Amino acid sequence: MNAETRPLIKPQESAVSTVAAMRAVFSRDMKVAFRQRQDLLNPLLFFVMVVTLFPLGVSPEVSFLREAGAGILWVAALLSVLLSLDHLFRHDFDDGTLEQLVLQPQPLFLLVLAKTLAHWVLTGLPLVLLAPVLGVMVHLDGNSIAVLCLTLLIGTPVLSLIGAIGAALTLGLRSAGVLLSLLIIPLYIPVLIFGTGTVAAATEGAPVGAYVALMGAFLVLAITLAPFAAAAALKISLSNS
Amino acid sequence: MWQIFHKLGSPKWFFGIATRLMPWLLAGALALLAVGLVWGLAFAPKDYLQGNSYRIIFIHVPSAFLAQSVYIMMATAGVVTLVWRMKLADVFVKAVAPVGLVLTFLALFTGAVWGKPTWGTWWIWDARLTSMLILLFLYGGAIALDRAINDEKSAARAVAVLVLVGVVNIPIIKYSVEWWNTLHQPATFKLTEKPSMPAEMWVPLLLSVLGLYLLFGWLACLRMQTEILAREQRTRWVKEHVLARRAG
Repeated sequence: MNAETRPLIKPQESAVSTVAAMRAVFSRDMKVAFRQRQDLLNPLLFFVMVVTLFPLGVSPEVSFLREAGAGILWVAALLSVLLSLDHLFRHDFDDGTLEQLVLQPQPLFLLVLAKTLAHWVLTGLPLVLLAPVLGVMVHLDGNSIAVLCLTLLIGTPVLSLIGAIGAALTLGLRSAGVLLSLLIIPLYIPVLIFGTGTVAAATEGAPVGAYVALMGAFLVLAITLAPFAAAAALKISLSNS
Repeated sequence: MWQIFHKLGSPKWFFGIATRLMPWLLAGALALLAVGLVWGLAFAPKDYLQGNSYRIIFIHVPSAFLAQSVYIMMATAGVVTLVWRMKLADVFVKAVAPVGLVLTFLALFTGAVWGKPTWGTWWIWDARLTSMLILLFLYGGAIALDRAINDEKSAARAVAVLVLVGVVNIPIIKYSVEWWNTLHQPATFKLTEKPSMPAEMWVPLLLSVLGLYLLFGWLACLRMQTEILAREQRTRWVKEHVLARRAG
């Protein structure tokens, strides 16, 4: 038999398209999360409690709260996202699901993106929905609350995406939680600055379009780059264990 | 060309080169620093506004300069680690991260000491101070991550990813805090412009910057040699080297 007549061996094409795989990862994460509802509630409770500490610890004066309110809410949201990041890969790492994920024929960074999206829907989005209530409690006016929610809506996915890198890097390490915060907090600073800066501008009545556009730029940058870094970090952490 | 590349990857080859290079680096560093610092601290003219207190610039600017470029060097080495898996790049990142941390701290500390007489306060939440503080955090994070992972290779690659993410973030952090608040004077040296100070001031400053670079080179070689000896302790050449040192 010469080469021409021999049947060509095609590389096995994956039966599942990438989009379908991403959708499967996403819906699986949602399903797993909704089976342990308390875990979903914890970051939200934490968010509310941290915000409560400021009027108690600093000052309940309306003037102080109105000025600091946006910053307090942003810091509390940032911390509560940070707290929830440990869950992003930990359970899948412990029971071996993560290794299966890495072995999939679909590109890992897209699966990581799907996982991160699920994480945001489960933690970031509830924070955004809860923010107006807390905004009223710290005496922000209506316009500021609307802008605050908008910045949180754009900003929390950035927090989840950057956080995914840190969660992947610290996977399976002892004292991973503290280490994760050390690695990630410096990287969160620009988002925090622009998030609170936007609300401050809105409170003063200045136009906020430019700030919002910049935050959108952060989001685009994070969506395009962070999954690659997180996927690389995951592979390193898995080869390590 | 590729041969040099391969040789560079060999810790043993580097060890030999570093041994020959280090006396020159140290001598150059000490000479330049001596001239630069003595000239700057004792003979350069007083500043018409700040008097003698500006002289801390001869320590502050070199360390701030180097603190930033060490991070860039680490990121470059991080790319080499991730792409070519070169052992020496791993060793370099691990060896210089604490040096970078100390330099950043030195820049912040001298800046605080300088700020007291000129701005009337030790610390101000100004853009460049804040971004240096964040740089300090980034160094701290890289070192902490390196210490937390036991496996050398994984540690090096994880730190490389972290440093690269940090390097993408540095311009963003820099511009966001700059937009947020600025009090610090603009950069002293710009590659494209003539310095605004008289030559008797900037020449010693330039000498101290170069001297500190050489000192950093010497320190990096020394720390890398130590790290190489520790990592390669089971190989024959290290045993022979140690025995020879003991005999000699």
